[in-house]
Amino acid sequence: MDLGIIATVLDSALRLSIPLLAACLAGLWSERSGVVDIGLEGKMLVSAFAAAAAAYAFGSAWIGLASGIIASVAFGLVHGFASISQRGNQIVSGVAINMLAAGLTAIVGNAWYGQGGRTPPLEGVQRFDGILLGHSALVYIVLLAVPLTWFVLGRTRFGLRLRAVGENPAAVDTAGISVTGLRYAAVIIGGILCGIGGTYLSVGQAAGFLPNMTAGRGFIALAALIFAKWRAWPALGACFLFGLLDAIANQLQGLFIPGIGEVPVQAIQALPYLMTVILLAGVIGKAIPPRAAGVPYVKER
Amino acid sequence: MSPAIELIAINKSFGTVHANRDVNLRVERGTIHGIVGENGAGKSTLMSILYGFYEADSGEIRVNGAPVRIRSSNDAIQAGIGMVHQHFMLVEPLTVVENVMLGAEGGAMLRAGEAKVRKELARLAQDYGLDIDVDATVGDLSVGLQQRVEILKALYRGADILILDEPTAVLTPAEADALFELLRSLKAQGKTVILITHKLREIMAVTDRVSVMRRGEMVATVETADTSPPELAELMVGRRVLLRVEKTARAPGAPVLDVRNLSVVDTRGVRRVADATFTVHAGEIVGVAGVAGNGQSELLEAIAGMRPLSLGSIRLGGRDIPLSQHNPHRMRELGLLHVPEDRLRMGLVPAFSAFESAILGFSDEPHLGPGPLLDHDRLIADLAKKMEQYDVRPPAPRLKTSNFSGGNQQKIVLAREIERNPKVLLVGQPTRGVDIGAIEFIHRRLIGLRDAGVGILLVSVELDEIMHLSDRILTMCGGRITGERKPDETSEQDLGLLMAGVTDEAA
Repeated sequence: MDLGIIATVLDSALRLSIPLLAACLAGLWSERSGVVDIGLEGKMLVSAFAAAAAAYAFGSAWIGLASGIIASVAFGLVHGFASISQRGNQIVSGVAINMLAAGLTAIVGNAWYGQGGRTPPLEGVQRFDGILLGHSALVYIVLLAVPLTWFVLGRTRFGLRLRAVGENPAAVDTAGISVTGLRYAAVIIGGILCGIGGTYLSVGQAAGFLPNMTAGRGFIALAALIFAKWRAWPALGACFLFGLLDAIANQLQGLFIPGIGEVPVQAIQALPYLMTVILLAGVIGKAIPPRAAGVPYVKER
Repeated sequence: MSPAIELIAINKSFGTVHANRDVNLRVERGTIHGIVGENGAGKSTLMSILYGFYEADSGEIRVNGAPVRIRSSNDAIQAGIGMVHQHFMLVEPLTVVENVMLGAEGGAMLRAGEAKVRKELARLAQDYGLDIDVDATVGDLSVGLQQRVEILKALYRGADILILDEPTAVLTPAEADALFELLRSLKAQGKTVILITHKLREIMAVTDRVSVMRRGEMVATVETADTSPPELAELMVGRRVLLRVEKTARAPGAPVLDVRNLSVVDTRGVRRVADATFTVHAGEIVGVAGVAGNGQSELLEAIAGMRPLSLGSIRLGGRDIPLSQHNPHRMRELGLLHVPEDRLRMGLVPAFSAFESAILGFSDEPHLGPGPLLDHDRLIADLAKKMEQYDVRPPAPRLKTSNFSGGNQQKIVLAREIERNPKVLLVGQPTRGVDIGAIEFIHRRLIGLRDAGVGILLVSVELDEIMHLSDRILTMCGGRITGERKPDETSEQDLGLLMAGVTDEAA
């Protein structure tokens, strides 16, 4: 295999890992605060749509980004209201977010543009162009979120409180800090990150929105989050690894193995999930989630 | 001098339950003030109001003479009140320093505040002997040390008034003694301590004054020096209570349980019980004393058939139990019944109705219903009868098991096991988390069984209980039986030494 192919694969691995990483970090913030977030997929999808629609309407990729973030945060707040304020089941709320996003984007898109749920193709300033090494600003924003997450969680007052509230909210409450406030803050940060990830899909990587264009990336991001044991730098590693598998899968498409035949794409697409299961079972040990993740906080007597 | 805390006519209701009714309390500065009462008497609610977890419906709180409004834990901390909760409010994956800092970080960046915390912790360690590895992960610390972190948290926040809620429930006797030492030195430095407990011995040992609560009301406040455990017990329950149930001497009968060279190795390969040999006779209570975690639990579980023996043998009523029959079901059929230590984990299903919990382990008995079916009406009628005999409150067989108080849950388990006419009864921690009134009842039942000729093996971490009930006492340390005593020929000190592994041979 020559160097050219390797460079191509690595380059596309980075592109493919960016939306995963954005969603994975979003999940990290949310779950470290104790709010399980399986709605990453839905939030990315709704932000991808909002970003493409706004970028097309206003002729600006940056306005697209802002709209994508607003849409994603709004969905995040719905999840927050259900699971933090109303103490609802976080899995049910997350599933609802995903279904709502899938249906809403397709229906609204079709009503507005009449192109089977697609937005009109974006071009020029409606898209994010490469600014460095052929990658757009969004790529660097998402990469920068990794050290930022690490620093804020590990070295600041806000981060300490956030980590504590995901493990034992009662301890935070008795220390005189608002559990609700911290969790909403985490959900909003998660919304912003999902918004950037979704915008990258439709306004950075592609040139417009396609129905269901997230294609399960929100769920792979959850696998990466477990794989990374809810930590920022390992999340970067896990997402890049999954992006790499995806890039290799693209290269392998149509590959013929003697005696077996053509490698089915599905087999390779399943690799990230298989990797997570196998590596967690054997190699890297047990992944223990934040103890209070998924449990609504109720003051006890 | 105005008192440190003054509560005036505090009222608090939860729905129809009046948890605190016109409660008045005055706690003098620089004293240790005990608050006693049965479960549900309103102690915890009162302290939660003082710490801002709840707001009172009416009433006034004064701290150092000045009226204050405490609407959140923050307000309480501001007023100089610190609380050590029964279930620690610690974040286990964080370090000691991080736990102490939480909520009092001293700036947006952790680094600046951290130096201050370290300095302050070093000072507290010196002043009060509160030594601790400040970089240790809290989850790795022993329970005693975790409690120390809780106290440090309160002191770091400048608490002048320290509330401790059942602080010794989770401690070994030695750790409890160390805690009392600490409380005395806090008092010597002018701090005020409020101690909530149901252990009267602790009240007598460490407090200056004690207040008694009953059914949401404050019924008395007395000088500790002027009162006695029986008087306090009577105030708590509202009637005369025997702290020590009378029992007559009785000559033991034939051996009913023979344990020979029993050893238990757990799933991690650690030896939990080593070479235990003893006999329990008919009409005899044999008590096993020891600090929690020294093999008593494993010993009970092994005899009951819940754990495999790695060595040794068991004889029940004169017949050897072959390995193939050593399981809980068969042991029960052979007349060995078991009241397990942890009723919520092993004795009951909290989510079941009481009448369902009351047949656990016996659900295939033919009289419970036709064929594979259970006759609910019959089960409910059966339990209603037992509830009357055992004074279970409320006597409601359909009520969810978890809605009963600890003492009443324990009575349900006892009724289930005792009514099956055991030859041998294994009993683990029969009165853990049980009210004084119910303790008396349970002790009476156990002595009644013994008088009826049942052989009882009793495991308890409460030395009083062991001393009162047992005809013979075995001590355990590190999985070994370290001694055997008659209750009237020993003392707490003597047993304490044996429990610490100082054996007769070594002495």
